[in-house]
Amino acid sequence: MNLADAKKGLQAFVLAVKDAYPDDPIARRLRELGFVDGEPVKVVARSFFGGNPLVVQVGATRFALRRNEAQRITLQLGAA
Amino acid sequence: MSEASSRIALVGNPNCGKTALFNQLTGSNQKVANYAGVTVERKEGRFRSPSGRSFQLLDLPGAYSLDATSPDEEVTRDVCLGRLPGEALPDLLVCVADATNLRLHLRFVLEVLALGRPVVLALNMMDAAKRKGIAIDSQLLAQKLGIPVVETVAVDRQGAQALVAQLEQDWPQPSALVAGDIQARHQQVRELMRDAVRQGPVVHSLDDKIDALVLHPVLGLGLLAVLMFFIFQAVFSWAEPVMDAITDGVSAVGAWVTGFLPAGSALHSLLADGIFAGLGNVLVFMPQILILFFFILTLEESGYLPRAAYLLDRLMFKAGLTGRAFIPLLSSFACAVPGIMATRSIQDPRERLITILVAPLMTCSARLPVYALLIAAFIPHQTVWGLFNLQGLVLFGLYFAGILSALVVSLVLKWVRKDKREHALMMELPAYRIPNPRDLAFGLLQRAKIFLRRVGGIIFALTVILWFLSSFPGAPEGATGPAIDYSFAGRLGHALAYIFAPVGFNWQICVALVPGMAAREVAVSALGTVYAMSGSEDAVANQLGMLIGAQWSLPTALALLAWYVYAPQCISTLAVIRRETNSWKVMLGAMAYLFALAYGAAFATFHIASSLLA
Repeated sequence: MNLADAKKGLQAFVLAVKDAYPDDPIARRLRELGFVDGEPVKVVARSFFGGNPLVVQVGATRFALRRNEAQRITLQLGAA
Repeated sequence: MSEASSRIALVGNPNCGKTALFNQLTGSNQKVANYAGVTVERKEGRFRSPSGRSFQLLDLPGAYSLDATSPDEEVTRDVCLGRLPGEALPDLLVCVADATNLRLHLRFVLEVLALGRPVVLALNMMDAAKRKGIAIDSQLLAQKLGIPVVETVAVDRQGAQALVAQLEQDWPQPSALVAGDIQARHQQVRELMRDAVRQGPVVHSLDDKIDALVLHPVLGLGLLAVLMFFIFQAVFSWAEPVMDAITDGVSAVGAWVTGFLPAGSALHSLLADGIFAGLGNVLVFMPQILILFFFILTLEESGYLPRAAYLLDRLMFKAGLTGRAFIPLLSSFACAVPGIMATRSIQDPRERLITILVAPLMTCSARLPVYALLIAAFIPHQTVWGLFNLQGLVLFGLYFAGILSALVVSLVLKWVRKDKREHALMMELPAYRIPNPRDLAFGLLQRAKIFLRRVGGIIFALTVILWFLSSFPGAPEGATGPAIDYSFAGRLGHALAYIFAPVGFNWQICVALVPGMAAREVAVSALGTVYAMSGSEDAVANQLGMLIGAQWSLPTALALLAWYVYAPQCISTLAVIRRETNSWKVMLGAMAYLFALAYGAAFATFHIASSLLA
């Protein structure tokens, strides 16, 4: 599943950040911010109607992401 | 002395407490300017170690990576590489990392290490880390990274001692091997974390509880609305006594100074009507601007502002803006100048440009004197629906018209540009912190300095020029009309009256629009001059209200109110647009579109009101 569809409170691990197109700068920045394979993530808040944007905690840091940014991040389920 | 001082640059992730550390080290001994050729703020300070060695400290903009995605990050990268023209390569980089968030910040430390420059790592906010049960073996970290590692607490008076002591020693080149790609660096960070950092059991933090309320789609927005309401109340009510004091102070000093000059002389008039009246009119807004910035800085330091930006992102994104535009637009209610400067925090160039273009539509405090004069003169003081004050409703309507117009304009710009590129949010919501009074004070002091420099510079120059234009040439012998009729400004007003007749403006209003260029509120005192009156600002405003109430038609007054919702004429705003975008084209475009909107709104208002009242 990808992060954009994750419910509030869900805890999981990052599986991968996928490039939406070759040499995707947004995917690269997401990786720099810590969204890398095996990192624990938690959905802290979601806006109404589709959770755009949503707030995600990765490691100790919280980020607000828009839906199409979160869609690049695939998750592996399992409690952190 | 500067020859002997060592150049040190502070680098680090955003929210690592770098600026607090900078303030701690340099005290008030700092200056703020821009990097040559770019509109990124450059903060430099000096300090002396106990042994007398002198240091020159540069506070580089926060960066997540040297693979830059914003002008701020580009500056940081270029300075670290010695590639920024006019900026010498620092002798030492002090990499600041938040000890409570090493997982993220160490990755950037590795990137800085890879530059091969001498580096010292400052583990900042060690006090917070200890409270959170995080134990860091800084010696082991130093050994693994091959650089000195010191512990600091930026908010503590003695918190930077270890860093200063380290700066007095040798600065070796880093010896650690750093991995090349992102994945490998993250792996390296994990290993460092595993070896050198012990994290106690994770407690359900206070941040979680606060965020459950603040980020809630309904409660969070409600809280934001209450906060905004409170801030606006404070800006207007707290500032009032100070504003009165400034007005009185300036006129007292003006009266004292001009008392030495013969009344009626040109010099007397220049000082009294030009310099003191002009600058006093602008200085009077300083309390409001500082109160608004006090709240903005407090909310920013506490970590709340990015959360407000998150709450509003969806709405603003639909209008072609970004949630991040919330902060600059909020500042623009005090004055568009600091608001436009605050757009620097918006990384995306297109979103930044749109924010700059709509910022002047937020009702700045300089419009308030104009609104107050016209509303008091033309809108009856009566109660509507048994609850609301009609004058207050009109004022609210004028503010609302500005906000609504900003949304419409940004929407139109979004359509016109047909931009299909993706615009990322990816905004960090930092941990909540109690704002440090010293950092707040420094922030406010800087704002006050920037504002005063502007008043002393461009506004001063314009005031003198406009006084000249409205005073010369003087009235010929035996003239019957007011002297201003014969001056350049008066003639200009009569010429402009042809352009403004269709929107119902008489020539007096046209004359007032000319000196109103320097600052919108000057239009009030200019109208006073045009109607050949004298006395203090207050007296002018009161008599003027009665006078125009008797002489102007209601449609004319309403048209002038509508004009001022858009009113393009504010030289300072145009100048800052020019500087921040580095483009005359954007500035002229902004001027043209604001003029068109102002004219259109005044035209529509005048004709609709005329036909309704006919």
